[in-house]
Order: sequence, then C-alpha cells, then structure tokens
Amino acid sequence: MGKIDRLTLDESVAVSESITRAPVIATRGLCKTYATSAGETVNALSQVNFDVGQGEFVSLVGPSGCGKTTVMRILAGLIDGYTGSVNIGGRVVHGPTPHIGVVFQDANLMPWRTVLANVTLPGQVLRLDKKACHARALELLALVGLGGFEKKLPGELSGGMRQRAAIARALLHDPRILLLDEPFGALDAMTRDNMNVELARIAAEAGKTVFLITHSIAESVFLSDRVLVMSSRPGRIIETIKIDLPRPRSLDVVADPMFAATVLRIRRLLEQSTSADLHVTLAH
Amino acid sequence: MNDTRGLALRAYLRSPLDAVLRGWLPILVFVLLIGAWESAARLSLVDPMMLPAPSDITANFIDGFSTGIYLQHLEVTLFQALSGFALACAVGICIGSISSFSERFGRALQPILIAVEATPKIALAPLIIVWFGYGVGSKVVLATAIAFFPVFIGTVAGLRAADPGRLDVLRALGASRGQLFRLVTLPGALPHIFAGINVAVVFALLGTIVGEFMGSKEGLGTLILYANGNLDTARVFSILLVLAATGLALHWSIGRIRRRLLFWEASPPNVLATTGG
Repeated sequence: MGKIDRLTLDESVAVSESITRAPVIATRGLCKTYATSAGETVNALSQVNFDVGQGEFVSLVGPSGCGKTTVMRILAGLIDGYTGSVNIGGRVVHGPTPHIGVVFQDANLMPWRTVLANVTLPGQVLRLDKKACHARALELLALVGLGGFEKKLPGELSGGMRQRAAIARALLHDPRILLLDEPFGALDAMTRDNMNVELARIAAEAGKTVFLITHSIAESVFLSDRVLVMSSRPGRIIETIKIDLPRPRSLDVVADPMFAATVLRIRRLLEQSTSADLHVTLAH
Repeated sequence: MNDTRGLALRAYLRSPLDAVLRGWLPILVFVLLIGAWESAARLSLVDPMMLPAPSDITANFIDGFSTGIYLQHLEVTLFQALSGFALACAVGICIGSISSFSERFGRALQPILIAVEATPKIALAPLIIVWFGYGVGSKVVLATAIAFFPVFIGTVAGLRAADPGRLDVLRALGASRGQLFRLVTLPGALPHIFAGINVAVVFALLGTIVGEFMGSKEGLGTLILYANGNLDTARVFSILLVLAATGLALHWSIGRIRRRLLFWEASPPNVLATTGG
C-alpha cells in the first residue's frame, strides 16, 4: 500500500512538473469576482493554481458554493471576466475548446433527439464526418453500456442511463480531456456507486485525462489519482492529496484503512477551512 | 387496515358508476336539451324567428349541403382563413425569432407591437376593406392581423424559455449562434409556438368571418348576413353549425400535426379534451 503524500501548494506544482507527462491542464493565478445585485463584489476564486497530467484522474472537492463550478465553467470556456491563465494542451485558451468534453450535473439531452442523435450532436456542431460520427457513437454507446438503446428517446431512459448517454456524447469528438461537474449528483446512492465504477472503467478504456468536480469526498478518493481540496469563499486550493490505492479499484476499496484515512483527512481539511471562515465572519 | 379496505371498496363501488356517468352524462344532457328545445318550438313556446326547431335547422343543414351552396362558400371561407393562418404563422415565427435573436431589433419593435396588440384588431376591419377591397385580399389580411399575435407571443415566450443547460452543452463545443438557435432553442420552443398556433387557427377563421361581414360577395359570413336579412334564422343556425364543425376540424388537424412534431413531449396539454370531458 502506498502512503498518502501531503503536499503544500508550491510543492504540488513542483511535483506535477516533475511528472514526466506534460500537464494537459494548467491554471495559474485564476481569480474571479462577481458583483452582487446589492453592488458588493464577491471573491469566488482566489489564486487557483493546479496542473493535471496526461491520462491523470484528478478531482476537485470542496463545500457547496466554494467556486468549484466556477472553475469548471472557466475550463469549459463558458464564462469570461476572470484573471489568470488557463492552459490546455500547452496553449493558453480563452473560451471553448474542442480538447474538452463536458459532462454536466444534468444530462441535458435534447428530448426530441434519439439517444444516438444526441450522442452525434457534437459532430454536427463541429461539422465532423457524419458516417464516422455514427460509427463512433455506436462504439461509445456500447462502451457506456447503452448498446441497444440507440433508438430510444431520453424521456424513456432512467437518470443513470441519461448520464451514461451524456458521457458518450462528451467523448464523441475524441477530446483529450473529460470534464465532469457533479455528474452523478442527481442520482440515488446505489446508482451513483455503480456509475462511479463505470466512470473509472470508461476513463481507463478511453484513455482520457479526467477532471472531476464533486462535493463527495468518498467519490473523489475512490476515483482519483490526485484530489485537490478547495476551501470556500474565496475558493482556493488548500491541499493536494495523492491517492495511491491500486487500480482497478472495486467498491470494496471502501474497506481499505487507507481509503478511510484519506477520506477522514480531507474531511478534516474541509472542516478546518469552513471553521476558519466562521472565525473570519465572527471577527468582522 | 380496515380503513384502507373500506376506501378500496368505496372506490370500487364508485368507479363503474363514475364511468357510466362520465360517458353518458354529456350525451344525456345534450339529448334532454335538444328535446326540450324541439318541444318548445313545436308547442310554439318560442318564436321560430328567434329560435327555430332543431329539426328545421337539421333540414336546412342537409339542404345547404345537398344543393352544394355550403361547400362552395365554405371553400372560399376556408381558403381565406387558411391563407391568413399560414401567413400569420410565417410572419409570427419569423418576427418572433428575429426579435429574440437580435435584442436591438426586439427593443426597437416593442412599442409598436404593444400598441398594435392593445388595439382590438376587429376595429381595423373597415380600414382594411378600404385598403384591400371587397375581394379575398382584405379577408386574408384581417385573418393574418388577428392570428399573428398568438403565434408571435408563443414564439417569443418559447425562445426565451430555452433550457440554459442544453445551451451550455453546445456552447462548450463552441457552437455558433445559428447552431444554438437551430439545434436547441427553436426545437425547444415548439411546444410554446404550438400553443400560439392552436389559438391562431380559430382566430384566423374569426378574422375571415368579420371581414366577410364588412363586405364580400362570397363566403359563409356573407351567407349568414344574407340569411339574416331574409329572416331565415334556421339557415343562420345551420351555417353556425358548419362554422363550429370547421373550427373543430381545424383544431383537430393542428393537434395531429402537433403530435407528429412533438412526439417527444411527455403529455401535450389538450384544450379540447379538458373542456370536452
């Protein structure tokens, strides 16, 4: 069994740079402020720095409202008006990039399209070859376990199946990175566990770099190579934790003492950050 | 335990009676009403000039169709109403789309649209007759003017209600505004647009009849005016029957098209079913 490395912020950058695989995602000094309707400015993110290496599975955990989704929306190119830089595949990007496939909290399938037509949608947007997309969509549907459901409408599928279709859709244009924002948050606990096992398998088989945003500590430890722990307002990465549990992991890994120890450690970190928050608010 | 069994028993006893009532009650009421009406007319309790007997109306109805006069005028009215309806749909969806596509265009148009919307369009009828004459044109224009707004408002409301999550899926792929519109916003707006279209189809018929009342040589509206002038109330009633059937047929056709296009909608609201029982 490996040990859990405790890394400070600076070290984490140093370590990931020492990884022979070049970072596929690199953020430097990401800051984002929002103006509220009352005219106040809220710091959503403050100096967010992290790297994700090629083929790595990295999770970002943090309490609700800590700015996780802001990070995801910046990476996906869905919001602007931030400072700092986002580097994807060695290039500074502003706005959407085809290197990323996004899976949102809701499946967001078009209810008027069949499952197959939903999965080929990115091909239509990016004007890719129709035949190739069709063939790839069939492969991906088989990969996510939806073989035989091509002709169904989203309304005929369960929540878990819809999210599987959304994953297939995100992979259609063969992006280097799969970006997932609480993809199984709306599912019941049992389905969620199964979907996590499936996600680990899909990510490994597709050979993608995965960046997962979640508020479930157990989920992040179960799936990731590294977990980035984020504090609440202003959101910043307070700790990077390497998960050395062997792969492939089954749900039994929960019984591993190291799994429990890691989950506990992340929980403590999050508790400290929120209680520190409380002290700040009390002091004001 | 006992309580639930009691409830189940009561539900069982109630349901067949309910089914009978639900199926037969409307028919029973209809038959009783027509019977009362017929006997009142036969016993000369009502003036046949005011309220002709249902049997007279039926005879007139059959006569109107066997001589071919109703079909001839129905064709004119239907052509005018459908032309106005088609124009209203095209213009309503186009202007609705453009005004939600370009915010500036929408804002520029808003005061005019609000002013025209607030005006009862039927009051425009005399003016439209002056502008477009006594022929088909004025009827089509009036039908279009009246049927335009429900389609326009349905389109704007539907396009505004575009699902932000679905838009994000396409935006993350770098989709153009045209692609967002074609692939997400417009298909998602169809339920709202159809709600407007369903109202518009009857409005177009209304506009046509009012146009014919204002001055025309042909059409069912003209026929009603003519029969009324001759104090032929039975004929007026039988033409009203034709118009009611036409309106229902139009609703039904729109419902069919709607089900074809919106096959994906879980439960399309059916206005006729809720009021028809």
